Amino acid sequence: MEILILLLALFVLSLFLGVELITKVPPTLHTPLMSGTNAVSGITLVGALLAAGSDGSPMLVNVLGFIAVTLATINVVGGYLVTNRMLAMFKRK
Amino acid sequence: MNPNIVNFVYLIAGILFILGIKGLTKPKTAVRGNMLSALGMLLAVVVTLLNINTVDYSYIIAGVVVGGIVGSVMALRIQMTSMPQMVALLNGFGGGASLTIALAEFFTVLGVAPQSFGDLFATLAIDSSAFGVGVEGTIALVAIGLTVLIGAVTLTGSLIAFSKLQELMKKSYGLPGGPIGNALFLVAALAAVVCMVINPGNLVAMVTIVALALLLGLFLVMPIGGADMPVVIALLNSYSGIAAALAGFVLGNTVLIIAGSLVGTSGLILTQIMCVAMNRSLANVLFGKMAAGGEKIDADEIYAGKVTSAQPEEVAMMLEVAQRVVIVPGYGMAMAQAQHAVRELADALETRGIEVEYGIHPVAGRMPGHMNVLLAEAEVPYDNLVEMDRINPTFEDTDVVIVIGANDVTNPMAREAEGSPIYGMPILNVDKAKNVVVIKRSLSPGFAGLPNPLFAMDHTLMVYGDGKKAVVEMTTALNQA
Repeated sequence: MEILILLLALFVLSLFLGVELITKVPPTLHTPLMSGTNAVSGITLVGALLAAGSDGSPMLVNVLGFIAVTLATINVVGGYLVTNRMLAMFKRK
Repeated sequence: MNPNIVNFVYLIAGILFILGIKGLTKPKTAVRGNMLSALGMLLAVVVTLLNINTVDYSYIIAGVVVGGIVGSVMALRIQMTSMPQMVALLNGFGGGASLTIALAEFFTVLGVAPQSFGDLFATLAIDSSAFGVGVEGTIALVAIGLTVLIGAVTLTGSLIAFSKLQELMKKSYGLPGGPIGNALFLVAALAAVVCMVINPGNLVAMVTIVALALLLGLFLVMPIGGADMPVVIALLNSYSGIAAALAGFVLGNTVLIIAGSLVGTSGLILTQIMCVAMNRSLANVLFGKMAAGGEKIDADEIYAGKVTSAQPEEVAMMLEVAQRVVIVPGYGMAMAQAQHAVRELADALETRGIEVEYGIHPVAGRMPGHMNVLLAEAEVPYDNLVEMDRINPTFEDTDVVIVIGANDVTNPMAREAEGSPIYGMPILNVDKAKNVVVIKRSLSPGFAGLPNPLFAMDHTLMVYGDGKKAVVEMTTALNQA
């Protein structure tokens, strides 16, 4: 139970931090912000690795894990690459 | 590996994500921010890989290879005009990943998995204590249920958003009963979550959650289209983050919670910004029909005999003597791929000493910041892209406004016609400028289905035709003058 409360505290504080950070992003960067946060949400890859790599689990778990790893990897790789492509265009003057 | 070390690395990854988003607050630091964020991701993944004690890496390797190839091909080949589609797909994949992770965790704890279709309807003798002691087990099951629900809605909702943006699905369909039908689906899905929490061994409940949530995602997004798309994409972006944070609760994983809640708030704030820019509530965008309310306005009455059309050469003559020009782009510029042509016109004007700025409405295009990315691609300096609040007071001192592919966001009815569906929506006051040039294919109405009195004003010239072609002709005429 203690751990759950700690996780909840982490969640709530992150939400407040998120509001503070995101409201400072200028409208001109809103599209890179969306693709960039898409890449960040690919952090589910961490959970996906745990599922795909669990030994002795039913095969279904590994298959679900494989799907999760694939989707999350697309988010991570695709998200960061496309964000970088866009931001590079903003950088040059 | 020592779990303390793992959690410490997760903390570092979380800090790097935060610094990454902080970098996005300025165009100059944005590239570095993105790199920091990617570094955080790399650290989190590597430490996780070192931490799992597995002998069989085949599923992991297969997933990373397939995902890596698909992701990089998408990212490197996508055109900037199609960025809304790409973001919609990524939202969906994020939701799908959370969905499958929660399902995998569910079946791992159950220790058995259905081997055949018939097994999905089996009931296992298992209660919530398998998921945690006392109330913890119940909370773990609630987290799994909600992750599955939100993940599945995000997945199918985003796929529909993608097919609408890609114009694979052109019509809008909805459930009979509209919002009530959707509400019933949501209530039924939540009831299935409750059943699953009470008796996790009852696999039918889990199957029902997945099925209802997948359908709910379809029905939520199918009726929405066109100019409302930015709101939907931002909202689905938020859902994908919330699903990731919930998955963090399922797995007790700190970095998932930090990252997921950052993404969740980001999407919500963007949703809020879009709604304010359209003067509509979120409920109205999701469930309302825009044209509802307000008397029918006869377009012929507004346009008859009052619309003046012009050739690009005539516009060039007008531009020649201007001192300040503002370009107002909309979705039509993206459709016509005219961003490079627009930049060249601006260059031609600037070499003549004419001041050029761009007026960007928050909901121009199909996603937040869509126009900015297109113009950045055409190497327009971002300082020249001016937000609505800052550009509006300058229109009175502007000699020529060129509106290309924008309609509703310039409609003065939003300011003047009380009772009009768009009344109260903040617009770009282009009609205050000395001259207005509107490049458009025809007089057809925009997404709101309303005629635009701007087109009939005395100081407005309509240039009919393809946006790119018209702009190129203006530039050519200007350079010859």
